[in-house]
Amino acid sequence: MARRPVNFTLNGSPRAAFAEEGQNLLEFLRRGVGDLTPKYGCGQGTCGACTVTVNGRTQLACLVLAETVEGAEIGTAAGLATSGTLDPLQEAFMDHFAAQCGYCTPGMLVSARALLDANPRPTREEVVEAISGNLCRCTGYEPIIAAILSVAEGRARA
Amino acid sequence: MTTVETYGTLADAARALGSDAVYLGGGTLVMREVNAGRAPARVLRVTDPGLAEIRASGDAASLGAGVTMADVLAARELDFLHPVARVIGGPQVRNMATVAGNLFAAHPYGDFAMALLALGARVHFAGGGSPRPVEEVLRDRERGGLVASVEVPRPRDPRAFGFLKVSRVKPKGVSILSIAALLPREGGRIRGARVAFGAMGPTPLRAAGAERALEGQTLDAATIARAADQAADGLDPPTDALATAWYRREVAGVHLSRLLQRMERG
Ligand SMILES: Cc1cc2nc3c(=O)[nH]c(=O)nc-3n(C[C@H](O)[C@H](O)[C@H](O)COP(=O)(O)OP(=O)(O)OC[C@H]3O[C@@H](n4cnc5c(N)ncnc54)[C@H](O)[C@@H]3O)c2cc1C
Repeated sequence: MARRPVNFTLNGSPRAAFAEEGQNLLEFLRRGVGDLTPKYGCGQGTCGACTVTVNGRTQLACLVLAETVEGAEIGTAAGLATSGTLDPLQEAFMDHFAAQCGYCTPGMLVSARALLDANPRPTREEVVEAISGNLCRCTGYEPIIAAILSVAEGRARA
Repeated sequence: MTTVETYGTLADAARALGSDAVYLGGGTLVMREVNAGRAPARVLRVTDPGLAEIRASGDAASLGAGVTMADVLAARELDFLHPVARVIGGPQVRNMATVAGNLFAAHPYGDFAMALLALGARVHFAGGGSPRPVEEVLRDRERGGLVASVEVPRPRDPRAFGFLKVSRVKPKGVSILSIAALLPREGGRIRGARVAFGAMGPTPLRAAGAERALEGQTLDAATIARAADQAADGLDPPTDALATAWYRREVAGVHLSRLLQRMERG
């Protein structure tokens, strides 16, 4: 089967890899590129575990045809920590016990980061809306909402 | 196995279309099929950025086939469509889901197409020709070729257009049903009522009974009660994991009257 070369940026670094024909972006990132932070949950766009950003906007990697990201900037949870320093959201998730099994966490963090980048002072309602495409079956969401709000209020590193 | 063909223009893709091919819009539905190994043999995509164009004039807006729900929400001149776009999927879906794709989304999806139906939008196809009413396109989704853009008349009075989506999970639930109503008024009386339901049939459908009850009337409690009574007239809603046909018929009028009461209050 034909393979397609794809040139793109992953968390700020230029990358090139081959995508299988018909391969989705999630499989491509995990198998072709080696970024294991986006998770495979449902493969139908329902759970949000595969959430990444494409040119700054959250998308469901399992529903993106890999070859369409030619020239695009992709962001994953692997890009949140910079030179060993965690993103304030990651610190807040730890402080608030916002991760239990952890499977939804990378997608949750990508959605939360996208929210705060666009809207640094969201209301609780806006936080709930922003993570409505990400399912968590452990926490009941409250610790996640609290963690995101704590960063929004600038209290993450108190 | 799926092969992917990439075209520079919609016209080229339209020529390559066939019964063994599917067009890839935002991909939120097509890629599910690809992932499950159920997609047609050929997936066609188009790289023309012009497909995501929004053009708004005084009394109408033209939405390119590739305009996403997030694009609609970012366009201030499309404010009358914001309540609709805002409740389609979650944020990630809204960043991907396109206007044209919504016209072809199977039950229970199609909330945006349903609103376009109530608004009396017209659909332009690749290769030109005269635009066709959304109604006609929905009735015959198999034929017609590739959608280039959708032309939406802007309600002259913003209060004449109302939209309501009913879902169990909030936010981001799928529709038990959705309703849109366009009720232009002349001298206080409704002229040219259009009421549409989503998830009350295989495609979004107009509620002829409710429209008849509203036409020529003032929007008062008695009219609303009559429209609610006729809401599911002639509709044959499906049973699915979200609701039975019986339930949908029972609650259609209740939700229609809530929407109409909200519109009455202005
Ligand atoms: C988690 C989730 C939640 C969802 N929630 C909702 C919801 O609340 N409401 C709702 O209405 N939908 C919902 N959907 C369904 C879907 O996302 C939308 O209906 C969307 O608008 C489909 O558009 P798309 O561009 O992604 O379509 P695609 O998957 O690209 O295409 C869908 C169909 O339309 C055809 N098509 C696309 N563009 C064209 C064109 N230009 N010309 C001709 N045919 C075309 C395709 O060939 C295909 O048959 C949801 C989907 C998911 C995964």
